Amino acid sequence: MKSKPIVLRIEPFVVRLDTCIAPVAEVVSSLYSGYEFIEEASTVFVDFYIKIAPVSYLRGYYRPQVQCFIDGKAPFKPLPISQAYPFFEWSLNWVVASYVHHYLLVHAAVLEKNGQALILCGVPGAGKSTLCAALMHSGWRLFSDEMAVIDLHTNELMPFVRPISLKNQAIDLMRQFAPNAVLGPSFFDTSKGTVAHMQPTQDSVLRKSIRASAKWIVFPKYQKDADTSLHAIPKSQTVIKLTKNAFNANVLGGKGFKNLCALVEGSDCYEFEYSELQEAVNLFADLSS
Amino acid sequence: MGMDIKQPALIISAYRHPELTKGFSLSEWDLLVRQARRAGVLARLWYLLERQQLLANIPLPALKHFESAKVYANQMRTSLNWEVHCIQQALQELNLPLIFLKGAAYVLAGNDAALGRVFSDIDILVPKQSLMEVEQTLIFEGWKFGSIDAYDQMYYRKWMHEIPPMQHVQRHTSIDVHHNILPITSRFCPDSNKLLDNINKIDGQNIWVLAPEDRVLHSAVHLFHEGEFDHGFRDLTDLDLLIKEFANEEGFWLKLQNRATELNQEIPLYYALRFTTKILQTPVPVDVLEITEAYQPNKLKRKVTDFVFLRALMPNHFTCSDTWTRYAHWFLYLRSHWLKMPWYLLIPHLSRKAWLRLSVKDQH
Repeated sequence: MKSKPIVLRIEPFVVRLDTCIAPVAEVVSSLYSGYEFIEEASTVFVDFYIKIAPVSYLRGYYRPQVQCFIDGKAPFKPLPISQAYPFFEWSLNWVVASYVHHYLLVHAAVLEKNGQALILCGVPGAGKSTLCAALMHSGWRLFSDEMAVIDLHTNELMPFVRPISLKNQAIDLMRQFAPNAVLGPSFFDTSKGTVAHMQPTQDSVLRKSIRASAKWIVFPKYQKDADTSLHAIPKSQTVIKLTKNAFNANVLGGKGFKNLCALVEGSDCYEFEYSELQEAVNLFADLSS
Repeated sequence: MGMDIKQPALIISAYRHPELTKGFSLSEWDLLVRQARRAGVLARLWYLLERQQLLANIPLPALKHFESAKVYANQMRTSLNWEVHCIQQALQELNLPLIFLKGAAYVLAGNDAALGRVFSDIDILVPKQSLMEVEQTLIFEGWKFGSIDAYDQMYYRKWMHEIPPMQHVQRHTSIDVHHNILPITSRFCPDSNKLLDNINKIDGQNIWVLAPEDRVLHSAVHLFHEGEFDHGFRDLTDLDLLIKEFANEEGFWLKLQNRATELNQEIPLYYALRFTTKILQTPVPVDVLEITEAYQPNKLKRKVTDFVFLRALMPNHFTCSDTWTRYAHWFLYLRSHWLKMPWYLLIPHLSRKAWLRLSVKDQH
């Protein structure tokens, strides 16, 4: 059962994944192709140890499940074995949000163009990941579809490039929008419905160490049949909205609040409503030129 | 792992002698961070390294984890201070000494044991006759009990040394209100008046903590009557830091022994000194060690408790355990119940718990 651990540099972290479930390792090596796979684990400092393993031999035959261990401890309930790969991605989100307080972390998608960063911050279901995936295939460089990682000293955004997690209708929509994009397998009946992961563009992976300063902070909202509309909102309101979406603003206290204020101070802040993806992409192209 | 810890875990070496970390390789730092995180002492270790000006030696990727843990611990401390303030405000009209225990006491008294400490709840001690009044006032001020059934109510009210935990409705913080340091049903339960007669006031505030020697004993009682050892190593370092700090005070060792006898806590004191010296090499005078060893005259019991505690007090990380560790935990879980109450109460209580667990499983 012993299989070789995968030690993966996902800037700004090094993650070690131990799993004997072959499909997980296969999906990781396909979606993370172009990343640095470290052969000799002892040469690096590993930030997070994640293990995805079958629950027990007894349950191996009847609805087999997998458990996720964060360095030996299991903070979650087990999931069906078919969801082993998304389990890895979710646990990586969890472990970063729980242990990392040397950066400010905001629940948001981040993209970059011409050295300027766009932060898309919204509640789940607001179409943030879909918009993010579409922009990534329209000349923007992906930083993250899940987490804005902010350097506390310089207030720069740091790339944390990983496959984009697409849900339900967004999967087919993106297949049409970007026919050449690489998508991983679809995982059905997860807590978020059907989930499939889109490989980051080559440019995003290659420039994974190049940071950017925030220029736009946008709260997108997908609304069926809505016209594409962008309207400016006050900075004060933006700070409050961002604070609510920050993973560790409460831990960072006054320091984190100052960072958020400075971030907002230097950015244009908008609310954005859309239903047509192409129109949305065009609007952001105009915004950045 | 042998009886004398011939090859101590990395975290133990680093805790005993922080200067050893100077020679650590990158993979040793990697392992140290894992063990320290699991033990809940990552922030504490940062402070110990800082004291000896060893932070510059920490490789950058490891330093980030230390700093994250430190930021988190500092935030916990800010919240704790605010919570103490709120509790004090809530209870100020009552005529009682408001005594803070454990982590909160270490922070209020400025003890080293507060270094990098994280807290899950706040523990206070009040005179038993004020319990009803305190409970009603807390409810009036916004605390409430979680959902708890009639049996558990009875369990706490009749047998335990605390009332059921309460949460504040807005801040979601927890408070445990104690009237003693051990269950009333325990044969080691001390006379709480003796504890109340020996408290120290915090300068400039109307709040109190146990006397230094009682603080050590309470820390020992808590750790060595415990059934869960997830924080065992962290709690052992609490004891180590308290002892090292108070040992500078004149007459501390004698006071400590006398109080252990008065409060019926000789055996926990024996364990505290036995395992802090054995695991963390806490400096304790030889004559004190000899005297306290006599508190546990049964040689076999000494052997057995050595075997289980040397395992259970390790960080709960697989690199710090052996094949016997899980059995040690299981044994100590049973033992903790055994110490709580006599067998004629314990057997019905555990049977009920086991039955409930089974019937809950059936519903799934």
